[in-house]
Amino acid sequence: MWNDLLMGSPVYLSAALAIIIILVDAFSGKNKSLTFYFALISLIAVGIMSAYTLNMNGQPVPEGAFSNEMIAYGGISAVFDILFVIAGILTLFASAPYMRAQNVERKEFYSLILFAVCGMSTIAHANNMLILFVGIEIMSITFYIMAGFFRERFTSVEAALKYFLLGAFATGFLIYGIALIYGATGGLLDFGAIGTKMLTGNVDFLYLKIGFALFTVGISFKVAAFPFHQWAPDVYQGAPTVATGFMSTAGKAAALAAFILVTKAMLPVNFDPELVSDKIIEMTDFTSDARWLIAIISALTMLVGNITAVVQKNVKRMLAYSSVAHAGYLLMGIASNSVNGWSGIVFYSMAYMFMQIGAFVVVGIIEKNDGRMDLKDYTGLSKTNPMLAAIMGIFMFSLAGIPPFAGFPGKYMLFIAAIESGFTWLTIVAVISTIISIYFYIGLIVFMYFKDSETPLTEKFGFSKATITLVISTIFVILLGLFPTYLIDLVKGLF
Amino acid sequence: MATLLLTLFIPLAGSLLLLFFKKDNTQAIKYTALGISLFTFLISLFLFFSFDSANPGFQFVVEMVWIQAFDAGFRVGVDGMSMLLVMLTTFITPIAILSSFGSIEKRNKEYYVMILLLQFAMTGVFVALDLFLFYIFWEIILIPMYFIIGIWGGKDKLYAAIKFFLFTVVGSLFMLVAVVYLGYYVGSELLKMESGFTSNFLIIRDLGSAIPYDIQKWLFWGFALSFLIKVPLFPLHTWLPDAHTEAPTPGSVILAGVLLKMGTYGLIRFNLEMFPQASMNFASIISTFAVIGIIYGALVAMVQTDVKRLVAYSSVSHLGFVVLGIFSMTVEGIQGAVIQMVNHGLSTGMLFLCVGVLYERRHTREISEYGGIARVMPNFTIFFAIAMLASVGLPGLNGFVGEYLTLIGAFKSPILNSYWFTIIGTTGVIFAAVYLLWMFQRVMFGTNDNPKNFNLPDMNKREWTMMVPIVVFIVWIGVYPSTFLKISENSTRFLVNKIELLKFGKSTYELPGYENPAEKQELE
Repeated sequence: MWNDLLMGSPVYLSAALAIIIILVDAFSGKNKSLTFYFALISLIAVGIMSAYTLNMNGQPVPEGAFSNEMIAYGGISAVFDILFVIAGILTLFASAPYMRAQNVERKEFYSLILFAVCGMSTIAHANNMLILFVGIEIMSITFYIMAGFFRERFTSVEAALKYFLLGAFATGFLIYGIALIYGATGGLLDFGAIGTKMLTGNVDFLYLKIGFALFTVGISFKVAAFPFHQWAPDVYQGAPTVATGFMSTAGKAAALAAFILVTKAMLPVNFDPELVSDKIIEMTDFTSDARWLIAIISALTMLVGNITAVVQKNVKRMLAYSSVAHAGYLLMGIASNSVNGWSGIVFYSMAYMFMQIGAFVVVGIIEKNDGRMDLKDYTGLSKTNPMLAAIMGIFMFSLAGIPPFAGFPGKYMLFIAAIESGFTWLTIVAVISTIISIYFYIGLIVFMYFKDSETPLTEKFGFSKATITLVISTIFVILLGLFPTYLIDLVKGLF
Repeated sequence: MATLLLTLFIPLAGSLLLLFFKKDNTQAIKYTALGISLFTFLISLFLFFSFDSANPGFQFVVEMVWIQAFDAGFRVGVDGMSMLLVMLTTFITPIAILSSFGSIEKRNKEYYVMILLLQFAMTGVFVALDLFLFYIFWEIILIPMYFIIGIWGGKDKLYAAIKFFLFTVVGSLFMLVAVVYLGYYVGSELLKMESGFTSNFLIIRDLGSAIPYDIQKWLFWGFALSFLIKVPLFPLHTWLPDAHTEAPTPGSVILAGVLLKMGTYGLIRFNLEMFPQASMNFASIISTFAVIGIIYGALVAMVQTDVKRLVAYSSVSHLGFVVLGIFSMTVEGIQGAVIQMVNHGLSTGMLFLCVGVLYERRHTREISEYGGIARVMPNFTIFFAIAMLASVGLPGLNGFVGEYLTLIGAFKSPILNSYWFTIIGTTGVIFAAVYLLWMFQRVMFGTNDNPKNFNLPDMNKREWTMMVPIVVFIVWIGVYPSTFLKISENSTRFLVNKIELLKFGKSTYELPGYENPAEKQELE
């Protein structure tokens, strides 16, 4: 019992703390910093437990465990937990000064972060379709609230409503897909069992294919992949900037974690031909169809995301579209369906989290309360705020995948994975869309560094809690770029 | 070994050091940057003198595993060809910094940080023996150069900076795909390594010829596109005139002096060494474009009204000779190409410095604004003349040696197997004389009838200091080139040997008496 609790602690702890923080929130009255620090300590505690359970994968599940094998322990789930926790902490630090600047400081935001982390870590620990679904729902509902957090502003409310309606729709697809998989496999929900049944038992591949396709549609909504990405720009633009940073990184990583877990079970890489001799054709058929489907989604996602980002004048919207494109890069890892691909996804999500949250924090700082988010508002930033401009520059280069920043090794890994698995054309599409993306990433640098405007930004932005987020993100963007090997080795060892 | 690392990392350390300087303390920043680059040059001299020119292989090799998962390593070393180019880099940078004293007037701190970062990355490109590492250095260069053009450039700087960045990135990203594919193919298919992937150049270059031709040709073009854009080869050259013209003087000096050589160096180091069969097959096509570039660059240079643009187009023409020499795949041709890279760095670098001297005094680059300058600036006239004649290819100065060797190489090349490349290419030398002498005549001679030109001061001490060292080497290479030719000779022979063995089964060149068991085994 205790062992069981300990091994699954990131999920249980974050759920318990999320409930407690509501109470803390309710009884702390006007004291805002109490909720803030409680959320911070909770996140750190979850992070410590994740690190503690990191090597517990592969350990036998204790006898009579109440999780009933529905929860996976340690290993890659713990790595994802750490990612979510870091994203939560970065967002937490950035959100306090951001909301103060917007004159809407409500402490509920801090507890929402904890709820989101709880949902996401449930996804990462899922070993069963239902747990996966519950996790996705906890996360999504929290995100709907986050998007509509500025309840007096119609952009924010519009974002929330749009997100909620389309999200609910996507959830429908998701659950329908799960139901079909459940039916096709004869009543199975556990990932491991589904995988074994597909290889050895009697499975209706037609329904399985439809089920998997519907599942993919649902996940595509969540990661904002083409053609289900339409909600993303509006939602990302309307939501509070810090929330956008959080949703577009940690949320994306969580949805991809779900995708990894399911594809890993349902698309076996090296199956024993003797075991499945009578349905080897169906099996390879299914695997290659699924991978092609994902590869095509991936290719179109990165192209569409980057092409539409080029014409944006609003930096937040530009980053939103670029976030769609990054989902495309990440899906390359799913399409290649190999250890290299999955660890590429983990590495790239980690790198992407630092650079994207960092970039959105800078956007939030410039935005203040008068909504300056256009490219021209960044003119001359390098003169008035050289540090801020330099940091934003680093994030832009990193997002564009220019070494020596974190975006580059991530892309390199995904390219290796795709080429190894025979998707060379996908890397070429990725390269072409990267070229397109460079135009708008360096375009922002043009405004910050090269242009002189008549009405340059005059104020200087001083130290705030957001500075902590920026410093951490910048350091990690550089460190992961220069010394990626520790994270890569760690992740590869866990799959 | 340590010397090579020092040469590589001192500029980086220097640029980080400069970050801690106070912004307004420009004098200290300037002289520290100069000091650092001079110190690097000094260190690189040690490297040069301890280099064993009899050894055709890589020397001062340092190997460290960096990212185990895909066998990327910090692997550096120099052979004869890269040795010369490293020296060129460490030699040109202090001169460029010295010329910045006059031409850079704003944001000094950022500027010197950028230029030292640039030196670090350029040296890195020439010493990297790992494709991953090479790619990183190759891309890092974009960042400082982009800022140097974009912040300190002329009036169309935005256009030029973005164009420069996009052109280069298009090439290099396709190279990235080629690097990854090559790493995968060699690691998984050929060697069946545990990591399934490698970017170790020393392994890959030996297995290059084992890659099936169908794959090899795609990889060849993946690398070649990137390098040919950087060179730049006609018709990929359109970024160059803009970038050169809009960059500040030191930026142009470094662009012409070193950056373009990265392309030609890459062609020798990666395309010729890793994909010999593909190189042989495509040699004629690329050489044809090289010859077109020689003529085209010269003709366009002839009609320019802007001095700097004229010099920029002359680069297109001159680098055509280098590419022609490389793809002749003979010892003469490649030796000529290597020495011509150095020559072009020196003479075109100096031409840009001369244009900079004029620009600082008059703030215009229009040829028509000048005339009769020789009367008011007699000393400057001499230096400008030397640079111009070196660029024309006057015997006795350096340009002649390189062009002569590349043309001989192309003439007797069994792979190109046609005299026409040389015959047409040679007319480029004549055109060079036409446009350069004509420009010189219009700017320096004639009557000085523009009142603004009446009282131009002659060269100052700083300008003397940056010109004299270049002149020394221009004359040295022109009169006694073998000091430098012998450095790269054995490495070149080693490469040509390899190609000829593949093509004809025997080689016309012997590797003279150097006993290196490992290398010898490879040859057999």
